[in-house]
Amino acid sequence: MTFTDMLQLLPPTLADGLVLGLLYAVIALGYTMVYGVLGLINFAHSEIFMVGAIVAVEVLTHLLAGTGLHPIVQIVVAMIVAAAVSGGLAVAAERVAYRPLRLSNAPKLAPLITAIGLSLFLQDAVRFIESLFGQFIRPFPSMPFFDRQIPLTPTDTVPLKSLVILIVAGAMLGGLVHVVHHTRLGKAIRAVATDRKAASLMGVDVDRIVMLTFLIGGALAGVAGTLYALEFGRVDPFSGFVPGLKAFTAAVLGGIGSIPGAMVGGIVLGILEVMIGTFVPILTDNMIGTEYKDIFAFAILILILVFMPTGLLGRPATEKV
Amino acid sequence: MAAGLLSPRSLGVVAYAIVTTAMALFVFTGSGLVDTAAFVALLVSVHLATDAARIDGATRFVVLTLVLVVALPLVGVRNTFYLDVATQVGIYAVLALGLNIVVGFAGLLDLGFIAFFAVGAYLWAILSSAHGAGLLGPGFPLPPDAFFVAILVAVGIAAGFGILLGLPVLRLKGDYLAIVTLGFGEVIRVLANNLDKPVNITNGPQGITGIAQPLSGVAATLASPAVPGFKWQALVYYALVLALVGIAVTVNRRLDGSKIGRAWIAIREDEIAAQAMGIPLVRTKLVAFATGAAFAGTMGVVFAAKQTFVSPESFDFNQSIGVLAMIVFGGLGSIRGAMVGAAMVTILNLQILKALSAGLNHLRSTGFEVFGWSFANLPTQFEPSKYERLVFGVILIAMMLHRPRGLVPADRRTIRVDTSNETEREGAR
Repeated sequence: MTFTDMLQLLPPTLADGLVLGLLYAVIALGYTMVYGVLGLINFAHSEIFMVGAIVAVEVLTHLLAGTGLHPIVQIVVAMIVAAAVSGGLAVAAERVAYRPLRLSNAPKLAPLITAIGLSLFLQDAVRFIESLFGQFIRPFPSMPFFDRQIPLTPTDTVPLKSLVILIVAGAMLGGLVHVVHHTRLGKAIRAVATDRKAASLMGVDVDRIVMLTFLIGGALAGVAGTLYALEFGRVDPFSGFVPGLKAFTAAVLGGIGSIPGAMVGGIVLGILEVMIGTFVPILTDNMIGTEYKDIFAFAILILILVFMPTGLLGRPATEKV
Repeated sequence: MAAGLLSPRSLGVVAYAIVTTAMALFVFTGSGLVDTAAFVALLVSVHLATDAARIDGATRFVVLTLVLVVALPLVGVRNTFYLDVATQVGIYAVLALGLNIVVGFAGLLDLGFIAFFAVGAYLWAILSSAHGAGLLGPGFPLPPDAFFVAILVAVGIAAGFGILLGLPVLRLKGDYLAIVTLGFGEVIRVLANNLDKPVNITNGPQGITGIAQPLSGVAATLASPAVPGFKWQALVYYALVLALVGIAVTVNRRLDGSKIGRAWIAIREDEIAAQAMGIPLVRTKLVAFATGAAFAGTMGVVFAAKQTFVSPESFDFNQSIGVLAMIVFGGLGSIRGAMVGAAMVTILNLQILKALSAGLNHLRSTGFEVFGWSFANLPTQFEPSKYERLVFGVILIAMMLHRPRGLVPADRRTIRVDTSNETEREGAR
């Protein structure tokens, strides 16, 4: 393959990378917000995302298929339902697995371990429920509308769904920035993130803010799940794990706790991943295949953590004793 | 204080061990739930006897010999399945002891621990199989009894991998470390899955078969017509694993009481304070990682030899979580806890969940009715043995919420300073 051939591949690769990156960014926001407020990695976030994806597929398959509604309306309804379920689930998770530990004097590792437990529990619980109704791998219902090709360059096209993802994810990110920086709720969230005790002395109901943070993060994960199902065409109870890990990598890459950081990190990671997955096999003549792209993501994570522990946009943390 | 065999508690434990041994030997030999209960009861006597604070050395020795050296092999000869379970428990017990050093003592949450196990397993698999011979050339496969050298080599190589992982990531705080180790575990699995090209090292998803078994000569000598069909090799592995568990426990106990052990605990409790007291953070953490990894690497070699087959599937995230569940169950930082956890989780996985599945299937097929509701209506998906993640998840959450220190909490030895001496000295002055 010549250099010009590879150059030709560049625009669609970048477009794919951007779409993937935006998905990572929306999921990463959930990690980064919870981390900002509680200093906790919500391991179960990847499963909350997965539940959103499955709920969206079920809603589209069983409630909306054949209603004759416009595909855009259908996907919006699915997104709202998925956001509601995922948001509710995130709040429930916080109640059951995190809050009791926050109030008691538990060992430092305890919340991480309950989070992992919750994530395993959700994977198998969803697998069980899904398998009661047939196969637990669920295909996204056929919606030809979203596969319509729109021109990107004179020679390349991208499917309409990429544009949908771009718009929805962009709106989510913009909306969240607005909420966090220009509303009372956002001010309270930032206050709790800065200093939980001081915030509560200033009259902020910390428990309520934590709950709302989980709600927002969960709802975003639900929307991201819908978009993920739309993009990749199928979901199963384990399809949250790898995207979740990547989204976490994105959050760390951008500087965990930082909302713009999660967005930048997501987009950078998405583009890098697709570029590596496309070009490395070509350059090495398939000696290093696409299956190694996940390894590259982790390699990036490790490099970032070693050389830039606070990420691209994170503030250096000093620990006071 | 009445020490010795005559203390009531010691007598009780000995009596209990004798009763359970008799039960296991003469009453139950099947593999249903009741038999499993008898088997577990037998193992409980080991647990009771190792309570060092309340049981004296002689009693401990008697009970351990009776149960581990006499009862279990005899049960195993009658029903190989139990010997296999006991061996499996032993393998996982050593893994749990290794992870206990990293997570329990040093407080570094490692979610990719099984990677080191994989390193040991693939090491022996490649060195001793026909597949490896094709890769390494003349002189291979190694003779089966090179196994013991391989164990020592695995200790070194796995420790090396531990340091390799540790070096870049040890500056990280707990949460980051968890995710990076998780990533590392996945990387090793993906490598095992894909390194069949350009050079076929791991044979990809098919795995490596025909791995050599050590001491097959001993097994052949033992073979007697008295018990036809019994695979004496299983007994050899049992003895081998038992010895390794003994070594692992001793090493763990010695480390726990040593300077480095106290440094680990100091780091776990407060990194900054530990550093201020002059503990070299990086070196101490690296030693923890390397030691834990060495335990896992050793057992990887044993695992590969015992299974005679390795494939990437045996080393997935579930396995790492399983070992974590063991030490959380037993109590982080607790040596006896790690053993209890290993036994409970392994038996849960291998026996209880399977027996429950079989029981439910039986009820389903016979259409057993409870209050007019027939078990035939129970969906076929309802199979406990397929939902180990769910069980592990519930264990992890429930333990952390209700018994965060585990079933057998670690107790730090405390030294009481005798203040009466002080006053005396003051009086003399």
